Amino acid sequence: MKLTLKIWRQRLPKEKGKFETYYIENVSRDMTFLEMMDSLNEKLIQEDKDPVAFDHDCREGICGCCSMVINGRPHGPGTEITTCQLNMKAFKDGDTIVVEPWRVKSFPVIKDLIVDRSAFEKIMAAGGFVNADVGSAPDANSIKIPKDKSDEAFDAAACIGCGACVAACKNSSAMLFVAAKVSQFALLPQGKTEGLKRAWDMVMKMDELGFGSCTNTGDCEAECPQGISLTHIARLNREFIRAGFHKAAAENK
Amino acid sequence: MTVLNSKIPDGPLSEKWTNHKNSLKLVSPANKKKLDIIMIGTGVAGAAAAASLGEMGYNVKVFCYQDSPRRAHSVAAQGGINAAKNYRNDNDSVYRLFYDMIKGGDFRAREANVYRDAEVSNAVIDQLVAQGVPFAREYGGDLTTRSFGGVQVSRTFYAQGQTGQQVLLGSYNALKRQEAKGTVKMYPRRQMLEIVKIDGKARGIVCRNLINGEIERYSAHAVVLASGGYGTIYFLSTLAVNSSGAAAYAAYKKGAFFANPSFIQIHPSCIPQLNDYQSKLTLMSESLRNDGRVWVPKGKGDKRHPNEISAEERDYYLERRYPAFGNLVPRDIASRAAKERCDAGFGVGETGYAVYLDFSDAIKAQGKKTIKNKYGNLFDLYNKITGEDPYTQPMKIYPAGHYTMGGLWVDYNLMTTVPGLYAIGEANFSDHGANRLGASSLMQGSCDGYFILPYTIGDYLADEINTGKISTDTTEFDLAEKEVKNKIDNLMSIKGNTSAHTFHKKLGKIMWDYCGMARNENGLLKGLEEVTKLEEEFYKDLKITGDTKTINQSLERALRLAASFEISRLLIRDALNRKESCGAHFREEYQTPEGEALRNDEDYSYVAVWEYTGDGKEPKLHKEQLVFENVKVTQRSYK
Ligand SMILES: Cc1cc2nc3c(=O)[nH]c(=O)nc-3n(C[C@H](O)[C@H](O)[C@H](O)COP(=O)(O)OP(=O)(O)OC[C@H]3O[C@@H](n4cnc5c(N)ncnc54)[C@H](O)[C@@H]3O)c2cc1C
Ligand code: SF4
Ligand code: FES
Repeated sequence: MKLTLKIWRQRLPKEKGKFETYYIENVSRDMTFLEMMDSLNEKLIQEDKDPVAFDHDCREGICGCCSMVINGRPHGPGTEITTCQLNMKAFKDGDTIVVEPWRVKSFPVIKDLIVDRSAFEKIMAAGGFVNADVGSAPDANSIKIPKDKSDEAFDAAACIGCGACVAACKNSSAMLFVAAKVSQFALLPQGKTEGLKRAWDMVMKMDELGFGSCTNTGDCEAECPQGISLTHIARLNREFIRAGFHKAAAENK
Repeated sequence: MTVLNSKIPDGPLSEKWTNHKNSLKLVSPANKKKLDIIMIGTGVAGAAAAASLGEMGYNVKVFCYQDSPRRAHSVAAQGGINAAKNYRNDNDSVYRLFYDMIKGGDFRAREANVYRDAEVSNAVIDQLVAQGVPFAREYGGDLTTRSFGGVQVSRTFYAQGQTGQQVLLGSYNALKRQEAKGTVKMYPRRQMLEIVKIDGKARGIVCRNLINGEIERYSAHAVVLASGGYGTIYFLSTLAVNSSGAAAYAAYKKGAFFANPSFIQIHPSCIPQLNDYQSKLTLMSESLRNDGRVWVPKGKGDKRHPNEISAEERDYYLERRYPAFGNLVPRDIASRAAKERCDAGFGVGETGYAVYLDFSDAIKAQGKKTIKNKYGNLFDLYNKITGEDPYTQPMKIYPAGHYTMGGLWVDYNLMTTVPGLYAIGEANFSDHGANRLGASSLMQGSCDGYFILPYTIGDYLADEINTGKISTDTTEFDLAEKEVKNKIDNLMSIKGNTSAHTFHKKLGKIMWDYCGMARNENGLLKGLEEVTKLEEEFYKDLKITGDTKTINQSLERALRLAASFEISRLLIRDALNRKESCGAHFREEYQTPEGEALRNDEDYSYVAVWEYTGDGKEPKLHKEQLVFENVKVTQRSYK
C-alpha cells in the first residue's frame, strides 16, 4: 500500500507544533499501525530527519502507553483496541491518515505524539487505593465475595490508564477513568470502608487538575479499549452524592 | 577459593527463614526516616518493595522508564500467581510447591531460597486480596485456582488472562498511597545508566531524563535493582519492546556478579511470527494448556485445514510422549517437543513452524460459555492478531523467548556482590534454576518485594544510621556522569548509515539461531564471532538522528543495545561453559536417547557466576556449588 500520513510534529512542550506530510510506500497489510510507524521512522532516519516520537512498550494492548488519535479517533478505527493492536488491514491503498496526540489541556504535549499524563497519577494518589498495610492481611478466603460482584470489579479494574476516554470526550472529562477505580473498590468489601472519601477525593482532584465535567455523552465508553462501561460512572455518581451528604451532615454537627 | 558467600542460614530447611529473620538487625522508626533507598523498576517486585519500604518509614526514590509505574511489563503477565494455600484440598503444601520448583528448575536452583518463596507465597495472596485485587472466584464466593505446567495440583490464582495487570495494579495502588504520604517519590521517564559506588558501596545512580535529556544524579544509602529480564536480546520476544538487561549489566560492570546468563526460558505457546516487519511476539498463556490439546498432523507436510484432519490422523505428541503430565509438561520440554516436530517436517501454518493448540474437545465437554469465562480475553487477543477464531478452529502456536532465569547473583539477603546493591524480581538469578515453572515469577517478585527485601535490607541499613545524607557532589558522581555523557556523545557522533532498530533485529537473529532453544559448541562459537562482528559494526555504522535535548527514542534504544551486545556475549560464554543440558539450556551434544536433557551433576551442579574484569577481557568464572539436602536429585521425568 501507498499512504499519505499527516502527522503532528512538535519538538518541545512550549514550541508551536504543526502537521507534516509524509508519503510512505510498501506498507504491508499485515503490519500493525505501530510497525508502520516504525518503518516510517526508519525512512526518516535514512533521510537524516528526527523520527516521530510516540509512546509504546508492551505492544499487546495492556500497558496503556500507546496513545494516538488516528483520523480523529483515539486509538483509531475499530472498537475495544489500543493503537498498538490496530492493524493496517483497516486502511486501503492511497489513504490519507491523520495522526495526532491526545488533545487534552490537562495532558500537555511533550514531543510529537507523546503527552504528559501525570495528571492521572495525581488523581490516583488522591485515593486510588485501599489502606491495607503489609503484613496485616487476614487469610484471603476469610473475605467471601459473590462471583458476580467480583467479576464486575474485575471489569472495572481492567482499565489500562491510557487516557483515550479523556481524549474522546468533548469536555475532556476523566470520569470514566476515575469511575473505573472507584467502582472497583466500591464493589468489594475491602474497599468499602473508605469508599465515600475515595470518591470525593478523586473527583475533587480531577476537577482541580482542570478536567471537564461529565455530561453523559458516552464517547468515552465508545473509545475505551477495555470496554469500561458507563454503569461505573453511574456508581461513581451515587458514591459521590452520598459522600456529599455525609460531608454536609458532618459539617452541620 | 570462591569469593561468594551465599549466607544461607543453618538449620532445617523449614526453619531457616524464621531463624534468619530473628537474627537480622533492625532499624528503629526514627532512624528509618534518615535513610534513602533508590528503587530501579516498578514491576511486581519494584512496586511492592518500594511501597513496603515506604510504609516502613524509609525514603524511597523510585525510577522507571515509562511515564507511569503502572506500565512496567509485569502488567502483561497473563496466566496466574502460585501459592501453597491448598484451598482445593488436593494435598498441596509448602514442601510440594518447593519440590515442584526445584524439580521444574532441573535441580539448578538454591534450596533455601526456593523454600522461602514457597513459604511466603500464602501471605502474598492474602496481601493482594486485602488490597482489592479481583482474583477469580467460585459462585460460593471463595477464590478459585487453576493448574499450570509441571505440577499435579491446582494452586494458581488468576484474574482472567490479566493476572499480571491486576497484581501489578495492587502494588501500584499501594505505591500511590505511599506517594500521597510522602514516603515515596516517583521519577518516571528516566533511564538509569550508571551505578555509583563510593568506598566500595552502592551509593547512587546516574540517569538520563528522557524528556529533556538532562543527566541527573541521585544518591541513597542502598540501591535496589528491580529492572526485569533481558529476553529482548532475541529482538522478537514476549517482553515489552523497551525492556532490557541494560540496568543489570551496568551493575555487572560495577562489580555485581552475573549468574547463569544462558538460562533463558523459551515459552512454548506464542503466536508465531507472521512477517518480517514484526516488532514483538504475543504470548498465549500457559493456562490454556489446562484445556487445550497440542497436536500436529501425523502425516508430514499435511496442508489440510485442521478441522478436516480426523482424530486418528492427529499426533497429540505431548500426551503420547508424557502420559503422566500430558499437555501440562514444563515449558522447556513443551518447547523442545514443538521444535522437534517442526524440524522433522510435521509443523503447520505457512512456514511449517507452528503447532496446533486445540480447544474443540474442551468446548464439547464444558460448553463454549465455560471456556469463554476462563480464557475469553486470550481468545479475543488471538483473534485480533491473527483474524482466526479459536472457538471454531485450533490456535497456531510456536515457542518464543520469554523469561530470564539468569540474572544478577544475590545472596540469601538478595544483596549482590556489591555491598548495598540489591536485585529482586526477574533481575536476579534467584529461584528458578534452569527453567521457571509457570505462575512462579509473579509469586517470586511479590515475595521479594513485600516480605523478603524489606526485612533483609534493614540488616545492612542498620549500620548506616549515622552516615547522614549522601552528597552527589563527589568525584565518584562526577566520574560516573562523565562516563555517561561520553557514552552518549560517542553514540551520537558515529553518524553511520544503520539504525539501532536494524542492529537490534540482526542481533536477535544471531542469538535465536545460535543460542536459542537448542545449542551446540560450533553454533555457539559461530554466534560469538557474529555478535562480536556486529558489535564492531554498530560502533562504526550506527545512525541516530534528532538531538539529545528532547525525547530521542533511537538514542534510548542504542544505549540499551550497547549493553545487549555484551550480555549476549556473556550468555554465549556461559552456554559454552556448561557442557550439559539442563532445563532450558539444551546442548545438543548432551541428550538422552529419547532426546531429553541430560544433566551432568558431577561436574555442573553449580551456579555459574561471572565477574567482569574489564572491557575486552574474558570474564572470570566463579562457582557456587549447589547442595541438595532435602530433595533427592533425580533425572527429571514427566512421563
Ligand atoms: C507476556 C508475559 C506473560 C507472563 N505471564 C506470567 C504469569 O502468568 N505468571 C507469572 O508468574 N509470570 C509471568 N510472566 C513473567 C513475569 O511477568 C515477569 O517475570 C515479572 O513480572 C517481572 O517483574 P519485575 O518486577 O522483575 O520486572 P518488570 O515488570 O519487567 O519491571 C521492570 C521495571 O524496571 C524498569 N527499568 C528497567 N530498566 C530500567 C532502566 N535502565 N532505567 C529505569 N528503569 C528501568 C522498568 O521501567 C520497569 O518499571 C510473564 C511474562 C511475560 C512477558
Ligand atoms: S477508562 Fe478506558 S479509555 Fe479511559 S483510561 Fe481506562 S482504559 Fe483508557
Ligand atoms: S503499547 Fe502497550 S497498550 Fe499499546
